[in-house]
Amino acid sequence: MRYLKAILLSVVLVAFAVVCAAGTLDEVKKRGYIKAGVNGSVFGFGMPNDKGVWKGLDVDTAKAIAAAIFGDTSKVEFIPLTAVQRLTALQSKEIDVLCRNTTRTLTRETTNGINFVHVNYYDGQGFLVPKKLGIKSAKELSGATICVLPGTTTEMNVADFFRTNKMDWKPVVIEQSAELNKAFFSGRCDCLTSDASQLAGQRAVAPNPNDYEILPEIISKEPLAPAVRHGDDQWFDIVNFAVMALINAEEFGITSANADKKLNSENPEIKRFLGVIPGMGEALGLSDKWAYNIVKQVGNYGEIFERNVGENTSLGIKRGFNALWTEGGLMYAPPFR
Amino acid sequence: MGWIKKNLFSTPFNSILTVITLFILLKTAPPFIKWAFIESSWFAESEVCKSGSGACWSVITYNLRFIIFGFYPYEEHWRPFTSMIILFILLYFTKNKKYRSKRLLGFWIAGLPIMGILMKGGIFGLTPVNSANWGGLPLTLLLAVFGLAAAYPLGVILALGRISKMPAIKALCIVYIELIRGVPLISLLFMSSIIFPLFLPEGVTISKIIRAQVAIILFTAAYVAEVVRGGLQGMDKGQYEAAASLGLNYYMSMRLIILPQALKIVIPPTVSILISAFKDTSLVVIIALYDILKTSQTVLSNPKWMGFSSEVYIFIAVLYFTGCFSMSNFSRKLEKELDTEKRFNEK
Repeated sequence: MRYLKAILLSVVLVAFAVVCAAGTLDEVKKRGYIKAGVNGSVFGFGMPNDKGVWKGLDVDTAKAIAAAIFGDTSKVEFIPLTAVQRLTALQSKEIDVLCRNTTRTLTRETTNGINFVHVNYYDGQGFLVPKKLGIKSAKELSGATICVLPGTTTEMNVADFFRTNKMDWKPVVIEQSAELNKAFFSGRCDCLTSDASQLAGQRAVAPNPNDYEILPEIISKEPLAPAVRHGDDQWFDIVNFAVMALINAEEFGITSANADKKLNSENPEIKRFLGVIPGMGEALGLSDKWAYNIVKQVGNYGEIFERNVGENTSLGIKRGFNALWTEGGLMYAPPFR
Repeated sequence: MGWIKKNLFSTPFNSILTVITLFILLKTAPPFIKWAFIESSWFAESEVCKSGSGACWSVITYNLRFIIFGFYPYEEHWRPFTSMIILFILLYFTKNKKYRSKRLLGFWIAGLPIMGILMKGGIFGLTPVNSANWGGLPLTLLLAVFGLAAAYPLGVILALGRISKMPAIKALCIVYIELIRGVPLISLLFMSSIIFPLFLPEGVTISKIIRAQVAIILFTAAYVAEVVRGGLQGMDKGQYEAAASLGLNYYMSMRLIILPQALKIVIPPTVSILISAFKDTSLVVIIALYDILKTSQTVLSNPKWMGFSSEVYIFIAVLYFTGCFSMSNFSRKLEKELDTEKRFNEK
């Protein structure tokens, strides 16, 4: 009798362990869609448009993951998260992947139990100044009053920058970013500092945007990357290679428009990439068309960038660090073979 | 003239106050009216708005559907719209005494599932809409109406439990009330959205809206309970004894004698709790639920509309004021209707 109990118990435990170990990919496939945590209020990265449709660079990244798994970009549920919620939401399995302009740092990787995949946007902190001051470099900002949001790394970065360069500054700290912009444009401070991706948008709000310019210096590193939970390597690989497929597609010159034509390409690398030579999809646990689906339905990294934050949007951001490595940027993905 | 003298200039002190008030009004009202109405633009593009000097109401008119309905699929907006109309009609008839009857209760019972089906879909050929996509005004109303409707009875039960003679129930109710009242609503909402999911078994997730709704109900109920307890203890002891001497059991004496009187006494404080609970629903923005406040703020993060925060917040203030004002109106009417003793006369 005692043996029977022990056997029963171990069967239950094993069954439980098996249930627990069911990978994220299987769960996602069973559910029929992925759950992606996004920002919700940063234009160009994750924000609904006036019809309530999600738009942005992070949103398109999540769509690329859906395209890789299901071949259908609509198989995503977007869950807006605040900065406080985002890591817990990932840990508690409320979401499968976090695409919410999150900076990759050591503590987040280790103590928070999450893994960042390939960076999908290299950000950094910059300065916005009125042109009439005639300043051409951040090194000339000595003695300036600077508008900054409180309690962010932004504030600490400025302090560090000025201390390193032995310059004085006077902070004007304002809680709400809308109010901060107003204070800057009404001339209460000489200079506005925030992440470079945001500065462009803030410049666009100015009564006369051409009176302001963004200084060339970037004083901090903010590599923004999607993230997944610790402990599911297959899922990590899928998300990671979905992001890298976007980058490689751009390098190969494959766009959503010419993806079908590229299927006939003679280049073996492109053939492997698009699944004409099979094998790459199987290694990930996906169909061989996974990368083709991403490019066909979402586009390559360059297309996503231009569509959401590029020079023709109201953010008007140049590629900069986010250009391909072949063009002097940092976007570099390993070969698919 | 006589009215002015009597009401505005009766004493030197009142005269000074009147003059100061008039001065402030003269200084502020005309510029506001000029900004809000005369120089304002209602349908202009944001570029045109930026060059104008008046209010730019087109930030509302352009984004109205997103502000009101949030992420609800664009083509299906008629569904939450119809739900809200049904809700307003039901509320209107409930407000009027002559319509209040068993039949109206029947309409409520029929109306609630209809609203639910309209919002959720999935049957009768309606495309299903995940509750994660609910937002805007329907979400605010949902949280408020269901929050208040569920919190009130729960609060009454807790109050009865707290003055009960059974020690276990009494202790339980006291612990519940004090624990909930001892923490701010924000921390309850955070717990429901961040800590609670970690305790759920593997694979089980409960919709964020339901978690927030439950937190609001639990919170409001604790406050209602204390107000109702005040009413119960404020009753003359003779009423309890009279009920007992009539041979009524506990349930009947509460139902027929005690509660009707006690609840009537506490209508004003109860309503102020309900009103503040209604306004507190806007706190769900901190757990990224898109209620009407959050959808409006989202519009403001679009570079195209970033500078027009005053217009948007005025719009939201008007909406909330309408809601709160009709609630306090209703409570005043209710008080008058239930005033069997004609104690306080209409002033």
